[in-house]
Amino acid sequence: MNDKTKGSDLPLQKALTGIGGLDEITGGGLPRGRPTLVVGGPGCGKTMLAATFIVEGAMQFGEHGVFMMFEENAQELAANMRSLGYDLDKLCRQKKIALDFVRVERSEIEETGAYDLDGLFIRLAHAIASVGARRVVLDSVEALFAGLSDHAVLRAELRRLFRWLKDQGMTAIITGERGDVGLTRFGLEEYVADCVIVLDHRVSEQVSTRRLRVVKYRDSSHGMNEYPFLIGSDGLTVLPITSLRLDHAASAERIATGIPQLDAMFGGQGVYRDSSVLVSGPPGTGKSSIGASIANAAWARGERVLVFAYEESAQQMVRNMRSIGLNLERWRKKGLLRFHASRPTMQGLEQHLVYVYGAVREFKPSVVVIDPISNLSLHRDDAGLKSMLMRLIDFLKQSHVTAVFTSLVGDLSSVDLGSQLGVSSLMDTWLLLSNLQSNGERTRALQVVKSRGMPHSNQVREFVLSDKGIHLVDICVLRGEVLTGRRRVGALDLEVVAAPAAAVSGAQLKAPPKAKAKKKVIPKAKAAA
Amino acid sequence: MKKAGAAAPEQAAREAKPEWQLRLYVAGRTPKSSAALANLKRLCETHLAGRYDIEVIDLLVNPTLAAGDQILAVPTLVRKFPEPIRKIIGDLSNEERVLVGLDVKPVP
Repeated sequence: MNDKTKGSDLPLQKALTGIGGLDEITGGGLPRGRPTLVVGGPGCGKTMLAATFIVEGAMQFGEHGVFMMFEENAQELAANMRSLGYDLDKLCRQKKIALDFVRVERSEIEETGAYDLDGLFIRLAHAIASVGARRVVLDSVEALFAGLSDHAVLRAELRRLFRWLKDQGMTAIITGERGDVGLTRFGLEEYVADCVIVLDHRVSEQVSTRRLRVVKYRDSSHGMNEYPFLIGSDGLTVLPITSLRLDHAASAERIATGIPQLDAMFGGQGVYRDSSVLVSGPPGTGKSSIGASIANAAWARGERVLVFAYEESAQQMVRNMRSIGLNLERWRKKGLLRFHASRPTMQGLEQHLVYVYGAVREFKPSVVVIDPISNLSLHRDDAGLKSMLMRLIDFLKQSHVTAVFTSLVGDLSSVDLGSQLGVSSLMDTWLLLSNLQSNGERTRALQVVKSRGMPHSNQVREFVLSDKGIHLVDICVLRGEVLTGRRRVGALDLEVVAAPAAAVSGAQLKAPPKAKAKKKVIPKAKAAA
Repeated sequence: MKKAGAAAPEQAAREAKPEWQLRLYVAGRTPKSSAALANLKRLCETHLAGRYDIEVIDLLVNPTLAAGDQILAVPTLVRKFPEPIRKIIGDLSNEERVLVGLDVKPVP
């Protein structure tokens, strides 16, 4: 029932691990009925991976398992697995898994004459029989090398053990410590040659990332790359960087942005549902406000919004948004808003990604706001950031979530296209905010750089933030997206703001803010005065 | 051959339990297990005569007992008493090392 034969020309049977991502990389799991070697240094997550294989096998796939441990005891393992949300004790009581702690203490053992490891075989066979196991983990048999001095006997016995596991048709994971010379310290790869997975743990820029690589998979194709993997509160996840396909459904539904004039720039209907929207701009241009406005429109429709705030605390954001007339607290009380405020640079990007995945799965929002993505990495041109965003956007699209990302760009009046291009190509809609300076005043301006699959205005629009919300100032008598030469001139440069001086459009430019946004133009007026 | 001094106080205890409680774990009748048992009996008769009790456990018959005493290799000789528990693996062919392992002072 859980078999998944991958290649049509290869009859190799596979056993799903239940570890998200690993089954994708291996094209359906580990080789069924054969041992797989999992290699890694201390703290790489070998035990966790192996235990997840057993537990998921028992819980998801109806394959019972035996976990034979040589280093930590059953209580320690149960405690570790509890941190991933698994209840080993319960599975043991249900006779779905069996744990056996084999303690090997050199000081307690005296060797006199010939022996074999039949005791170990009998224990294993007994454990397998007691739960009807199909899966076995030996973690890690290398401890035997420390406990027994006759390594020649031990090697012969291990060879016999792995042979025996194969004969029993056990899908097995054998863990091994990373060696200096060979793959493993005691050359286990010599005996277990069907599938080898290497785990690695490294620190870069003070952020640690675990990585997984399938070094070898006999008779099967597999992903060759190194994949980040995480041990989170909901288990292990391997993040395939390239395996996600572009097969998400595209919604034709449009949703309002909460700013009627902005919707008008998108043909009067707003942006596509489940699309990704990038709002970028220099500091103080109103990125968060626009993000909040899109969220507000979702709440008005009775939808849920998940906000990842990387610069402000939840309270700070609630306070600040109140100043533009948005009452976030109200939606939070209604359960339509959830905040996740943190400093993202404290975690690896992958860690972060899994965190977002978990939060989205749990809260099931229709809109996710990430404010800002530029805080996710300390480095501007972080290759990891783009790959992370790619995966995030794919995930959100598949989860039918409209994603709003804000991004801080340098304080330039011109468009800093270079640093944005990498990320912006992933986005369906890109709003660029900028500060226009002229006549001794600063004006916020907004333009739609792109919006896939819909006609959109190419105007640069002045907008004001007031206690009534965000308001785009009309710049011309003509409404809608039909462009006139006059507007084109305005869109090119600072003419939008300079326009008041011009006779015709100036009157209209000044009039609407007074009428609609009222006093919000005061700072400008003051500055001008 | 007996140590007179050691034997006397044991006389009373022998009815209940001998001083030396030994347990030999084997897996079926193999040459190794037969050798181990023969070696153990000879050694005990020589150095612990009248003060020992040997229990042979065949793990093929009683596999559940393997975990309790942390049996890994067979044959394994476990000294249950006197405490602490000691383990000796192998066919016990090296008498000297068995005595060291059991912490038995060899009778000269």
